[in-house]
Amino acid sequence: MESVGSTIGYWIIALAIVIFSVLTVTTRKILRAATYLLFVLFATAALYFKLDYEFLGSVQIAVYAGGIVVLFVFAILLTTHPGDNSERLASRKRVLGLVGGIAAAGACAWALCTRCTDMFTSLPAMSNPTMHRIGEAMLGTGYEQYLLPFEAVSVLLLACIIGGVVIARKR
Amino acid sequence: MDITLIWYLVPSLVMFCCGVYGFLTRRNMIAMLISLELMLNAVDINFVVFNRFLFPSSMEGWMFTLFGIAIAAAETALAIAIIINLFRVSKNIDVRDTTKMKN
Repeated sequence: MESVGSTIGYWIIALAIVIFSVLTVTTRKILRAATYLLFVLFATAALYFKLDYEFLGSVQIAVYAGGIVVLFVFAILLTTHPGDNSERLASRKRVLGLVGGIAAAGACAWALCTRCTDMFTSLPAMSNPTMHRIGEAMLGTGYEQYLLPFEAVSVLLLACIIGGVVIARKR
Repeated sequence: MDITLIWYLVPSLVMFCCGVYGFLTRRNMIAMLISLELMLNAVDINFVVFNRFLFPSSMEGWMFTLFGIAIAAAETALAIAIIINLFRVSKNIDVRDTTKMKN
């Protein structure tokens, strides 16, 4: 059983995720969409904190909320007039989107229902991963250690930096 | 109230479906990219939740999420560079009008 405070925290996070996700894709002002995306990402970070993964929550705030949303806002200000509304959706387009969304929801719900034995697992006890353990998992080569993906991500980020500079520079 | 695994999967499912809806209906490229971020974020939540509930002693889902966040950041930065370059060429980032990318 969870404490009352934990349950209330869960409901706040879940409602924030649901409401702001819907607002992100339905608002007609694109700068508002980016702002709602920021709230969704903060709620996700709160979810990670609630599940005792503090390092992951901090990474989520630093990289997503601090980095990606700033990139989005700059790109929006560079390419559109922030006050403009996007044009109204044609009803055919909206129906297509709704069908796609509901089909995805149905497929996932079917998968959830057919695997329902695992779905009611309670939160097991866990000691938080310490920085020592995280560092060893990232930089070791043994079982359940991830040096190769770590190096691959380093090379990917380098390629991304060079590619971004080459693509976006003034000719 | 006992908050079991499914209670965490439902918000993430709603987030993913919002991403699908936005990706199919939006025409502005940056808005499509925002919907894509929603979908990636929902997947990250699922990894973390399955790791925490079913395999609390190991860190595989945790690591996948960490690398997923890094790759999402790289992908967004590069996509925004391409979009800004496209805007410089054609003064427009609507996907319907993007029929040529080089002037």
